[in-house]
Parts: sequence; C-alpha cells; structure tokens
Amino acid sequence: MSKHHVTTTINGEETEFLCETQETLLDVLRNTLNLTGSKEGCASGDCGACSVIADGTLVCSCLMLGVEAEGKTITTVEGIADGETLHPVQRQFLEHAALQCGFCTPGFIVATKALLDANPDPTEEEARYWLAGNLCRCTGYDKIIRAVMDAAAEMRGEARAA
Amino acid sequence: MPSLNYAAPTSVQEAVALLAGAAGLAKPMAGGTDLLVQLRSGRLKPELIVDTKQIPGMIGIREEAGGFVIGGATSGAMLEAHAALKAAWPGVVEAMDLIGSEQIQGRASLAGNLCNASPAADSVPAMIAAAAVAVIVGPKGERTVPVESIVVSPGRTSLARDEFILAIRLPPRPAHSGDAYLRFIPRTEMDIAVVGCGVNVTLDAAGVCTAARVSVGAVAPTPLLVAEAGAALVGHTLDEATLAKLDAAARAACKPISDKRGTIEYRIKVAGVLARRAAAIAFERAAGRVAKGH
Ligand SMILES: Cc1cc2nc3c(=O)[nH]c(=O)nc-3n(C[C@H](O)[C@H](O)[C@H](O)COP(=O)(O)OP(=O)(O)OC[C@H]3O[C@@H](n4cnc5c(N)ncnc54)[C@H](O)[C@@H]3O)c2cc1C
Ligand code: FES
Ligand code: FES
Repeated sequence: MSKHHVTTTINGEETEFLCETQETLLDVLRNTLNLTGSKEGCASGDCGACSVIADGTLVCSCLMLGVEAEGKTITTVEGIADGETLHPVQRQFLEHAALQCGFCTPGFIVATKALLDANPDPTEEEARYWLAGNLCRCTGYDKIIRAVMDAAAEMRGEARAA
Repeated sequence: MPSLNYAAPTSVQEAVALLAGAAGLAKPMAGGTDLLVQLRSGRLKPELIVDTKQIPGMIGIREEAGGFVIGGATSGAMLEAHAALKAAWPGVVEAMDLIGSEQIQGRASLAGNLCNASPAADSVPAMIAAAAVAVIVGPKGERTVPVESIVVSPGRTSLARDEFILAIRLPPRPAHSGDAYLRFIPRTEMDIAVVGCGVNVTLDAAGVCTAARVSVGAVAPTPLLVAEAGAALVGHTLDEATLAKLDAAARAACKPISDKRGTIEYRIKVAGVLARRAAAIAFERAAGRVAKGH
C-alpha cells in the first residue's frame, strides 16, 4: 500500500505528512516533522513521555497511529509556550527545579496543561492521580507536584502558596 | 514483508466488507491501547487495521428504553464524564476508570477491553455483573450476545472474523439497585488485577436482595459469571451468614494460576474477600446510601 497522506493541525498550523500505517503519531512527530520535544520512553503507553493533546483529549502519541491524526487538532509540547513567552506551567517547572535529566518533562508539561484546562483548581490528590501515567526516574515527583499546584494557582490569578 | 493496510470506514457495511475481504488477519481497532502495543511487540501481525471510530454509533452514550447504549469505541474518559451513566452504573464506570492512566482513558474502550480477551480485563466482570450485552454486527446483520459469552479463552472471542461490536447495552435499572467493582493490585494505579470482582444487586423496600449477579476476573482463563455467588445473596440482607456463603461460592468458582502477582491459594482467598467488600458497596448503593468504591 502506498503511504497515507494526512492533513492535520499541529500547534495551530495546518500540517501535511506522509506515513506508513504502522508509524505512530510519535514516530511522525519526531522523525518526519522534526518535532522532537515529545519523547519515546517506552512505546507501550506506560511512561507518558510522548503525551500530546488530540482534539482536547490527553493521549499517548505512541499509542495512536499517525494516520489517525487526519482532520484532528494536535498540541505537542512545542505548542505550549506563546512564542517566546513560557506558559505558567513551564515557568513553574523551571522555578521549582522540577526536572533533572528532563526526559519526562515534555510529557509532564503537556499532561499538566490538559489537567488545568479541564480542572483549574485540582487538589493535590487529583493532580497526582491525573499525572500517574507520567513516570519520572529522577525527581521523586514532589517538586513536580509543587510546580503543578503553583502553576494552577498562578493561572487562577491567586498568590502562590508560600 | 507484506505492508500493513489501514482503513477508516464510515459505515457498518463497509467495515464488515473490509474485515471479510482481507486475505490475511484483519483487526478492528477502537482506542488501540492493546492493539498497537501488540503490533509493536510483533505479537500480532495483521494485514489490515479497520479503525472503527468513524462508524456512526461507535462513539457516544445514549439512554434507550430505560437502559444505556454505549458505542463500542467510546472512551473511558467519556464514560466518566457521563453523570447519568455514573449514577445508574457506578460499578461499570469505576471498573473502566481503573484502566490505565488519564492518557489511556482518553482512548481505551469497553469493547476493546472485552475483545482483547485478557482474563484480567477490569471492565469485564463489572459488565457481566451488570448483565450487559454486546451488540455484534456482521454480514448477516445484528445479533446480541451476553458479555459473559464473548471471551472463550485468553486472547480469543466468540466473534467471527468479519464481526465486530457496535455497542454495549446496559439494561434498565429497577429501583433500589446498585453495582460495584473492586480489584486487588499491589499498587494504587497502573497495574494488572490479581483478582477482580463485580457485584450487582437489586433490593426490595425492606433491603432484602431480590436479584444479584456476581462475576470474578483474573482467577480463571476467562472472566466468570458465578451463579452460585449471586444465588447466595438472593432472599437475604447482608448478614454474616450470607457473606460467608457468598465468599465460599466466589472461592469455589476460582481456577487460577500461580504467577509473580499471586499464588493460587492467595488469589482464591482474595476473591472471597473482594466479593464480600464489593457486595457491601453494591448493597449500600442499592439502599441509596453513598458508597465510595476502590
Ligand atoms: C499503560 C496501560 C495500562 C493498562 N491498564 C489496564 C488495566 O488496568 N486494566 C485493564 O483491564 N486493561 C488495561 N490496559 C489494556 C487496555 O488499555 C484495555 O484493555 C482497553 O480497554 C482496550 O481498549 P481499546 O479501545 O484501546 O482496544 P483496542 O486496542 O483498539 O482493541 C483491543 C482488541 O479488541 C479488538 N477490538 C477493538 N474494538 C473492537 C470492536 N468494536 N469489536 C470487536 N473487536 C474489537 C481489537 O482487534 C483488539 O484485538 C492497559 C493498557 C496500557 C497501554
Ligand atoms: S513512549 Fe508513549 S507512553 Fe512511553
Ligand atoms: S527528570 Fe529525569 S525522568 Fe524525570
């Protein structure tokens, strides 16, 4: 079979690409479109490093075929900042030093964005459950959760928890 | 190596023709959270993937004749967001919600969980307890099959190669009914059930059980409907003698294996304990009291 021709919107831009059936959206993002922010940690849905938002839903791009992106609106970590201005979630991750090697970070940023879009005022428990599909081998999660909670507060226009 | 084809048909007829016409293995796909992992690992070598998500009726939840019709590819996230479904069938919704992470919930479906045919599939005992039926479509039209008749052995279903599940139907809910699903895992999230148990009951005004279905998962090659366990509840309130009978019936149905997650003895013991706890929650819910699941 010839390659599939896919037209989709990625980070606000209409994008066209060709892919084989077995190529995942993650393969296409990284290898064809050179959007290498999304990482491949496991390729089996366990680590969340490949997280993207597809038509408003948080998914693992390693568990979605590239051809399934046809007609969809996809947000990757490259689309989270507003030009040169970091998103509050990104800034809070930096401020809290919520990363060490950084491999998991793009997935956490995207998953946190999806969480705060759906629930601007999550409890810590809700945030921890939401992020249970994002694994980090370095930080021990605590700084990540602090960053998430402060980003949420900032986006609600509240002062940071001390 | 022959290349892998993909099609996203927009009607049942087209999908059935594609499944029937493929020379090699053709697989329907819903969320792909099992299928794509198996494709990647090489365990599965299909010639054609038939993406079912563009077919009318595959995604969405509607109330019909007092029950619910859930499209075969409807995601766990959509079940969780449906207030009326959650109120009527909290056990089914919480069983689906146990599957994987938020990312997996965005894609995973009841029909995919069922047709992957794992002995430990979480939503299946809850659906069996709920007396859910699968609406199957194929070249001869539509047929409905109780969920407990779908899985025949690990990884195998009773569907023909040119059939797929269009929807899962949950029956109307009499007054004073409640369901619950519990699974035992060593962690709190992201793990495979060592044992799972679904219980669904209807009570009379005095709180005596008039109908009950109990199903266990991960303790036999397929999820099981345990008729004796349901029968142990009917005619009774949840007193200790009834719970002991339920526990014994659930244990008697188990034919588990020993593996790294649990020994045979352990799984059998846990099945009895989970049946007791799930029954307690289902009775609370049926009596109109708020009971939190897992
Ligand atoms: C990280 C991770 C965690 C997981 N955790 C759990 C868990 O805790 N509990 C659990 O039970 N499962 C778990 N799973 C497994 C999986 O997510 C579920 O089984 C899910 O419900 C499958 O649904 P799906 O829509 O993605 O199925 P798919 O992958 O699309 O399909 C699964 C199988 O069903 C067939 N199929 C799909 N749709 C139909 C249809 N309409 N008619 C007929 N056949 C069909 C496919 O051909 C395939 O064989 C997990 C998976 C991952 C990756
Ligand atoms: S690479 Fe997709 S979840 Fe790990
Ligand atoms: S910072 Fe290294 S994996 Fe999270």
